[in-house]
Amino acid sequence: MSPLYTIMVEGAGAATCSGAERVLVALERAQGLGKLKGLPRKLPVGCRRGGCGVCRARVVEGQYRHEPMSRAHVSEADEAAGLVLSCAIYPLTNLYLRFEMPQLKNSISEPTNIT
Amino acid sequence: MAHTGVLRPGFIQLRVLDMPAAVEHYTKRVGLHQVTEGKDGRVYLKSADEFDHHSIVLRRAESAGVDMMAFKVRDDSDLDMFEKRIAEYGIAVDHKAASDVDLVREAHQSRITVDHVAAGEQPGLGRRIGFTVPSGHRIELYAHADQSDPKPRTLNPDIWELEPHGMCARRFDHALFYGPNLEEVLNFFTTVLDFKCAERINLPDGTLAIWLTCGMKAHDIAFVKHPEPGKLHHVSFDLENWQSVGNAADIIARYDISIDIGPTRHGITRGQTIYFFDPSGNRNEVFAGGYTYYPDNPTRIWDETQIGKSIFYYERVLNEAFLSVVT
Ligand code: FES
Ligand SMILES: [Fe+2]
Repeated sequence: MSPLYTIMVEGAGAATCSGAERVLVALERAQGLGKLKGLPRKLPVGCRRGGCGVCRARVVEGQYRHEPMSRAHVSEADEAAGLVLSCAIYPLTNLYLRFEMPQLKNSISEPTNIT
Repeated sequence: MAHTGVLRPGFIQLRVLDMPAAVEHYTKRVGLHQVTEGKDGRVYLKSADEFDHHSIVLRRAESAGVDMMAFKVRDDSDLDMFEKRIAEYGIAVDHKAASDVDLVREAHQSRITVDHVAAGEQPGLGRRIGFTVPSGHRIELYAHADQSDPKPRTLNPDIWELEPHGMCARRFDHALFYGPNLEEVLNFFTTVLDFKCAERINLPDGTLAIWLTCGMKAHDIAFVKHPEPGKLHHVSFDLENWQSVGNAADIIARYDISIDIGPTRHGITRGQTIYFFDPSGNRNEVFAGGYTYYPDNPTRIWDETQIGKSIFYYERVLNEAFLSVVT
């Protein structure tokens, strides 16, 4: 069994994540259990596979390993500075995480009258 | 229906971050077969229910997304005919705009140039012509593909030649792209490539989305308005029925495939559907049903009051990812 780590999300609270689990998926589970109440908006979940970029975050503290992350969203310089796609990382220690999502690129006005 | 010109979607080339993971996903889970691997590392896949050489091409890259989508045309001479029509379309746009500086600038943007891809650039394929439509997506046309195994028999054919596996995808069905300039895209596909617009979403500030068909399916390609050009929303595979969609959902759960939404239904096209993601974050769809479109059918129109139902008929509201998560 993989060891358990604590993921601190800046301004939101803490979640538990095993070393075999994608950090973003652990955060989704914590939110489903009513934790991470401090999150300003719904957790930014897209593809969960390192392709779409919506879950971009900065690891302020801690060690992790990662699967491929699209270079369209995390450049080599970003990566060296601790920016990650949080769905593509697995903790090796406790982590301190800050979401730095890209500007949402599309939005439309709320539809009215949905019955 | 006398089917001429553009016949149907032929293949799509996707960028993937991890080739072994992608091949496992599309063969074992979606249910395709690997036909061959090219010298440059691209991998060619097909369903056992398709005759032609391949319908999915995977290319290893640093970012996920789509390189191009190609349509098969009926005859080799159609390639010359479409090349000529694309050139004439550009001239017509220039001509109409000649007196107005702004329009001339726009005309240059909507002018579409054709390039040529030699036979054999992809194994089993004849020559192709290619061009970029105003949403930033590369579209190609080709007339010839060799057949490859596995494929259906033509003499006394069984329901299947090889047992369907995984989600039992029967063919590459369609793609949904995100990009700008939808009115220009619509005009180009309908006036130059003879597509029809089966359905659309009109918002007070303009067209949000268009569903285009070149045959009798409710759609073969669709576009949603998006500021960034050339984006992929999903690539879709045809399944036999609602029961197969349920089977696909079981596979998604069993193998911990990243799910977006579903099983559910689209109001637009009436297709029964699941959205999920491949190991590189490219959205996939498995799709069953959908109405038959005849070329004399009027365009079905959705407005902002029922936009939720148009996309997700049962939920009646868009999920957060629909407009924002693309590769
Ligand atoms: S959710 Fe798509 S990159 Fe993480
Ligand atoms: Fe679709």
